[in-house]
Amino acid sequence: MATTLFRAVPSARAALRVGSVKPAVAALASTSFVRGKATLPDLTSNSSRLLSDDYGALEPYISGKIMELHHKNHHQTYVNGLNSALERIGEATESGNQSKAATLAPLLNFHGGGHINHTLFWENLAPGNKDGGGEPDGALKSAIDRNFGSFKSLQNQVNTALAGIQGSGWAWLVKDKAAGTLQVVTRANQDPVTGNYVPLLGIDAWEHAYYLQYQNRKAEYFSAIWNVINWKTVASRLEKA
Amino acid sequence: MATVTYKLPPLPYPYDALEPSISKQIMELHHDKHHQTYITNLNKALEASVAATASGNLHDAAAQLPAIRFNGGGHINHSLFWENLSPASSPDAQWSAAPKLQAAINSTWGSLDKFKAAFGSALLGIQGSGWGWLVKEAETNQLRIVTLANQEAVVVGDIPLIGVDMWEHAYYLQYLNGKAAYVDNIWKVINWKTAEARYTESRDDVFKVLKANI
Repeated sequence: MATTLFRAVPSARAALRVGSVKPAVAALASTSFVRGKATLPDLTSNSSRLLSDDYGALEPYISGKIMELHHKNHHQTYVNGLNSALERIGEATESGNQSKAATLAPLLNFHGGGHINHTLFWENLAPGNKDGGGEPDGALKSAIDRNFGSFKSLQNQVNTALAGIQGSGWAWLVKDKAAGTLQVVTRANQDPVTGNYVPLLGIDAWEHAYYLQYQNRKAEYFSAIWNVINWKTVASRLEKA
Repeated sequence: MATVTYKLPPLPYPYDALEPSISKQIMELHHDKHHQTYITNLNKALEASVAATASGNLHDAAAQLPAIRFNGGGHINHSLFWENLSPASSPDAQWSAAPKLQAAINSTWGSLDKFKAAFGSALLGIQGSGWGWLVKEAETNQLRIVTLANQEAVVVGDIPLIGVDMWEHAYYLQYLNGKAAYVDNIWKVINWKTAEARYTESRDDVFKVLKANI
């Protein structure tokens, strides 16, 4: 079931596998580890460059308190919701109750999307003194210049997209595999990026991603987050896309 | 063609009046900043829409509709929300302040507790930002619980009686990810007198706070 869900998102699949092969993390200690279950990726994996014992690594742009709640509580809730949805869908399917399985699809989309989106998000962030911030270079820079005119113009488009989200959601820089172009798209709530789009860079515009630090001044969060974007991760996702 | 300009309705009680259910800081930000932003953007969108309509630019008028719907909904929802809350110490916050509505809730759900459980689970099931409402169907007078995404408003077919804001900005500074506790605590500050009035009065009266602040 899990592999079916993630098949459409190769880069997510790699990241999720990092989480799923680890022994149950502390937050899941009460659940025995079951093969195929999604688990919360810890933030010490090499590609994320974040230390789970140092949630303050992205300060002053994203506070340690936000990172801790966002990772340990919000992301964990999506992981739990995904596992529960998968289990209930599995039970419904096994008992031949297809219509029951279908009614559970929104939960799978929401929690599965939440798990995919957050997993990609942690990995495309990095502290300013590691790989975070600055400007993209190499093939990624060329692709951005070709599609948006300049890095500045990409930033403006992303910030406008983020500010325009009506409610909770995400903005993504994606590669359209059919057209070969880069685009900025938004997704409501936890809808994952799917179809011809390959997610390269995601920015969480849910209020829980910034409210403790920025309150209603979300434009300040949107401009601050550029200081902690991990362009190495984005470049490597483009390479594989 | 002139358009009306909407203004922020004053909060009908002090900012700290809903403590400890809802903190003063949340109320200040929620009313002075979030609600004001919806009004500011609504007025802009209405003005642009009126100007486009007056000059026959339907395409430009149509382009304003999502902003009118979102920000107009935000203005309507928050205006109704402040009024259906009350300090816990007020007689208005007593369930007995809504005798007719009480009878209807009991006959629909069986008891206040069962209604609260049904409303609470609807609120906690919202995926993303949105609102939960107790509404009265305009044609049948039946009560229903509905949830609406983002700033969609109860303006077609139903009369809104009690609204609960489930955007994270409504509770996050105090409850963080513990939104179930926010839902539990909001029952202490529901204004049953307002709910009763909305249940019995005309549709125009339900929305009168909007016209009173132009």
